[in-house]
Parts: sequence; structure tokens; C-alpha cells
Amino acid sequence: MSPNSAPPARRQLHTPAVPPSPFPYNPGSLLSVQDLTLDALSHILIRATELEAEDPLTRTRILAKRRIALLFYESSTRTRTSFELAAKSLGADTTLVSSLSSSIEKGETLKDTGLTLRALGAEAIILRHNSSGAAWLLESETRLPVLNAGDGMHEHPTQALLDLRTMLAHLRPGIGPVEGQTLAGVTVTIVGDILHSRVARSNMLLLPRLGAKVLLCGPRELLPDLAASAGPGIAIERDFEAALRQSQVVMMLRIQAERLAGMQLDLDQYKTAYQLNEQRLAACAPTAVVLHPGPIIRGLELTAAVADGPQSAILQQVHNGVAIRTAVVERALLAQKGGRA
Amino acid sequence: MTALVIKGGHLVDPAAGVDALKDILLQNGRVAEIAAPGKLKTANGAEVLNATGLTVAPGLIDMHVHLREPGQAWKETIATGTAAAAAGGFTAVAAMPNTRPVNDSPETTRWMLAPERGAAVRVFPIAAATRGSKGEAINDYAALKAAGAIAVSDDGLPILKDSVMREVLVAAARVGLTVIQHAEDTRLTQGASMNLGPVSFRLGLRGMSAESESSIVERDIRLVTELRDTRAHLHVAHTSTAAAVAAVRQARRSGLRVTCEVAPHHFLLTDEHVGLYNTHAKMCPPLRSAADRDAMIEAILDGVVDAIATDHAPHAVHEKEVEFENAPNGITGLETALGLSLRWLHKEWKLPLGRVLSLLSAQPAALLGMKGRGTLAVGSFADVLVFDPKAEWTYTAAQGKSRSRNTPFDGWTMQGKVHWTISEGRIAYAAPPA
Repeated sequence: MSPNSAPPARRQLHTPAVPPSPFPYNPGSLLSVQDLTLDALSHILIRATELEAEDPLTRTRILAKRRIALLFYESSTRTRTSFELAAKSLGADTTLVSSLSSSIEKGETLKDTGLTLRALGAEAIILRHNSSGAAWLLESETRLPVLNAGDGMHEHPTQALLDLRTMLAHLRPGIGPVEGQTLAGVTVTIVGDILHSRVARSNMLLLPRLGAKVLLCGPRELLPDLAASAGPGIAIERDFEAALRQSQVVMMLRIQAERLAGMQLDLDQYKTAYQLNEQRLAACAPTAVVLHPGPIIRGLELTAAVADGPQSAILQQVHNGVAIRTAVVERALLAQKGGRA
Repeated sequence: MTALVIKGGHLVDPAAGVDALKDILLQNGRVAEIAAPGKLKTANGAEVLNATGLTVAPGLIDMHVHLREPGQAWKETIATGTAAAAAGGFTAVAAMPNTRPVNDSPETTRWMLAPERGAAVRVFPIAAATRGSKGEAINDYAALKAAGAIAVSDDGLPILKDSVMREVLVAAARVGLTVIQHAEDTRLTQGASMNLGPVSFRLGLRGMSAESESSIVERDIRLVTELRDTRAHLHVAHTSTAAAVAAVRQARRSGLRVTCEVAPHHFLLTDEHVGLYNTHAKMCPPLRSAADRDAMIEAILDGVVDAIATDHAPHAVHEKEVEFENAPNGITGLETALGLSLRWLHKEWKLPLGRVLSLLSAQPAALLGMKGRGTLAVGSFADVLVFDPKAEWTYTAAQGKSRSRNTPFDGWTMQGKVHWTISEGRIAYAAPPA
């Protein structure tokens, strides 16, 4: 029996309203790209550039001896290192707590770990966690500035910001503040394991706010139809080459084996349909910028020739990560209550 | 036992067809006499409750609660859970068997019913349908019924095997017990922590599809159809999807003994109320889409739903202060069911007061075969709710009687203030003086 066999609603019902979100509690937090107004976004992009150009010794005075904790429940190379370098470049002291070498192994909860870090003097926490929503829990329990460095399958806001910086450098060089039409006319295709990707979610929520169109591309198992309803400016195009032909930016994603939860995937079939190789790129998108949040699996979602080729901006993304995270860490500790968020 | 007179109240007893000012005499745990105001014949020496301006109704019956005893007293005990029930206007609760150990034996059933548990109102244990609720070996229903079990269910651990479910329906029908099924195909909901839809996608949480509920309801109805001659009674617990309600509606049209309940959170909230990982909005079945929620309201208004049941599922504060995926399912409900039902079903959606009360009392009593409850006809148990159906108040979870506070309704406006809850002639709850 289908849901359609229920009788049609007889009346328009007034029902309980959904309460407004209390998040973020702390103006320095960055939990979701949706927490950022376009002004706040512009400020981060501009500060990233300014801080990058700053004299290193002058820069170390900005957060000299402030304490920042990196709390990592998942392995990470790029995100962890760039956050750490960013915080240190501002003069902050950092400490890394990872799930495999701490009391987390003994069963300490996220709440207690957060309260412990706060009691140790941490003024902000950078959190990478395997559960969606973990950053919200940590922020509500500690009320510290929390920077979401990736929560489960949900969001990875600093990745979307560094992706944006990379796109702007290629498509809108020299731009200052961003606004609602900055990326008008730009189509960004995100390809692959959308379902399990926090990078995809943050990008698909951020880019349409600047006027970009986001195309999602992948097989049904990794890209359910309802993904298109995640927000405005998002559409699904299952034909990879058709998507490529419309795109100025192509963002390739890794298949997240650790989150497949028993799903069986035919990798040969996947490669045939969705692998970005030289021929495809040359034929369908010869000028597009190729992005990948890493880690890349050469020979699976993209070939080595594409990863190392002239259209690849993958290492620029990594480089931009340090600049963006420097600006985000500065904001975490300098954001004033009631001031710019 | 002393006698009690409830004087000057407006008696609403849908099962008895009464809706008028009456005085009521309760004696020896039963309703002894009902008369026009001032006309009781034998009220000498009785304690008098002045119910002028209040409504008097049969005590409410919640056919789906988790009292957590034996085994999880840090969440709730039979004493605290029934105190919460009394505060909410309930005089009888049917307790699910997912305790530790699982209530699959006459011994555990009798332990729950022992006076030492300190129950404030009547507890009716629902026994496990299968040994350890593992969905394999059927329990001895005659022995469980003799010990006091009112129905059988493997609530939370649905019976997936067709052959076992068929056997359960036949065996329960033989001894006249209702089979309550938590309809969830757990093969389809592995790792899922909310409703499957745009919201779960946005939040990056694995979702439970509507089909994971409706497919089990449809399978069970197919079995009841095959077993038509046995008079098997299937009751679908906490129905949450339009498709499941549609299946129940169809089964009823075919004359099958298939009934269902809806919880207040499923007729009020949607998956949007999960917000940013509010674990007080996590339960199973999960909060569904707005279309499903609206279908619950329609099904209540048009009479397909037989009972409002809370699925009262207390959990300690620390258990809910964790990552959404890791938080246990369930919310409390005993102290908010009446207030929410009157505020929304009655005031907002215009369901007559008598029908609201019937869904919370006479109908669950009838479908569980509780004799002498759900009505205040002379001779019935003196299970009485005295309340002000118009009074508005704000619910504060921290002031509740339950040991737990896991509710999404903290701070909500309620309608209908309980003044007294009387269990078999004894005052189980009296509102603190204003």
C-alpha cells in the first residue's frame, strides 16, 4: 500500500512551530557554513589574504600564548596539520588530543573531554569527529568557540571555505568582498560519494549563496535523489560527461570505504561511469578547474595524469587551507559577543 | 477503605454516555453511586473533594510505557514511573517487557506487580512474545496471563520471521491476549538514527524509511488475514507513517481485528524538530515528515486511531548528552500526554473533549480487555481523573515526577490541569495548592 492511499488532508492545520536554533552559542564558533553571513564570509576571505601577507613575527603576536586544543577522533593529514600551522602562525599554543592516545580510549565522553580541555585552559577547540553533529554537542556543553574540522557525514566548513578561495583565485582573481552574485554563471559539479561526504554538504550549502549552480553526480547508492532537496541551487545530473560539459569547476570525491556500512559497490563499473581521466577532461571540460579535498586515491576517482595535470588545483587547495584556517582561528578568539560573527 | 465523594464536578464518561453535572461516591475501590448534584444517598462520613468547575472523567490509561524495572532503576522505577503517571492523570499503565531481564516469565511479571514496587497506580505488565524477545521461541502465554500479563509484545525488537509471528498471533488469540507489534524492519534500519528524508540527508545521519515501518504492518495484516478464523488481534504500536495508518484503515474495512495507537510526539512533531541534533527528539519510530505527521492527525480525527499512547521512555540525563547517533531512543510522555492532547487535538483541531478522553481511556481499556476500567459506571474501579480542561500551564520537565527529563516538550504550553488522580478509590496525585 502506498502513502498515496491515505485520504487527502481535509483542512489546513496549524501545527507546532519548529523552534529557532540556539547555535552557535559562541560568536567565535564555526560549526556550519550556514553560520556565516556573506559579510562574515568576506571578512574571512580578506583576512586570509592579509594574514598570509603579514610578516611572520608580527603575526605571532595576534594570538600570542593563547591556548587552542585540537581534538581529533579521526585520522587526518591536511586538516590537522593546517589548523595546527595556522594556530601556531598566530602565536597560539596548541595541543593535540587524539582518540587513540587519550582517555577517550577509556570511555570518556565527548562532553567530559571538552570540559576537561576547557579546565586545562583551552580557549577554543578544533574538533574532528566521526559522528555527525558532534561539534554542536561540544559547543553546547563547553560554550567555547568550536571549529568544526569535520563531523561524520555532515559538514566540513573550513574545507568549503578553502575550496571557495581556490575557485575565486581561478575564476574571479583579485576579488574583494563576496556577495550574492559573485559566482553567478558558474557551475560546480561534485562527483562521487556525495551521501557520505561532509565536503559535499558544506559546498552545496555554501556555493549557491554566491550565485553558483551545484550539480551533483554519482550513482544512486552514493547519491540519493533527495540530495537535490538539501537547499536551493542544487541539481542532480547522473551523466558525468553531461555534467562536465556544463562545469567550470569539477570537484572529485573519494569513495569513503569507512562509511559504506556494508554497501557493495562495483568499482570497475564505478570507474567506467565516474572516473575523471584525461580523455574525459579534454573532451568535456578542457578549461575546468579540478578540485579534490583529499586524500586522493589515484586510479580510482581520478587518474594520476589528471591529479598531476595542468587543470588540477588540488595542491593549491591544500595551500589555501592554511590561509583560511589562520583567518578562522583568529576569528574564533577575537570575535566579540554582539560584534561581527 | 474510606469512602470518597467527588462533589459538583462535570462528569464526562464517553463509554457510559454521560456528560452532565454529577456527584460521585467511591467506596471500597469502586464507583458506588452516581447522582445529580446534592442527591447522593449514602455519603455519610465520606471525605469530600470539591470538584465545582472541574471535569471528572475515567482515569487515563497509557497502553505503552517503559517503567525500566527490573534492571534500569537509574532511568525510572515502577514507583517513580507510576508517580509520573498519576501526575499526568493516568490510573493504569501497560508496561513494556524490554526490562533487564526481559519480562518473559510469570516470575518477572509477578515481581513487577508486587506491592513492594510501590506503584501509585495500576501497572499492567505486557509480557515478551518470545523468549528474551529474541524473536525465536514462543513464551507460555497462558502462564503469563495467569501471572497478570495484559498483552504480549517484543517491543523495540520486532518479530521479523513470518513463521514466528504467525505462531505468536495464534497462541495469543488462543488465550485472548492482544499482540502488540513495534513495526520496524530492522534489516532496513541498521545504523539509522532518524527519519529518512531531506532532513536526514542534510544532517548527515542515516535514515529509517517509511517502508521499514509500513512493510511490517502490511506483513502482519497479511498474517492476520490468513488467520481470520482465530480472531487474532494485532495492535500496531506507535504508528508513525501515513502508509502504516493507511494499511490499518484498509484492514479495518476488511473487518480484521487490527488496532493502532499514536504517540503525542508523532501527531505534533516532525523530523525538522530534530533541529541540530537534539537527542530529546530521538526516538523509534522517529519523528517523520510533515505529511506523515498530518496523516497521524487526520487518522486520529477520523477515528482510525484507537488510542493515544505515550511510549514513555525515560533515560538519564547523561545518556542523552552524547552524539546523536549514540543516544538511546525515547522520550518521556506520561506528564505531557493529556496537556498536549487537549491543547492540540481538542483546542486547536476541535476534537470533542469526550473523544480525546476516550482515546486516552475507554478505547485502550477495551482493546486490552481491561474489565471495569475506562468508565465510571457504577461498579467500575474507582479510577478517576478530576481536572480543569480549560486551564493552561507551562510544563517544566525539572519539576516532573519521572526520574528522567528527556522530553522535547519542556517549556511547552499545556492545556488541562490535573487536580486529583484517584486510583481504585485512593488519591494517587493531588495538585499542590496554587
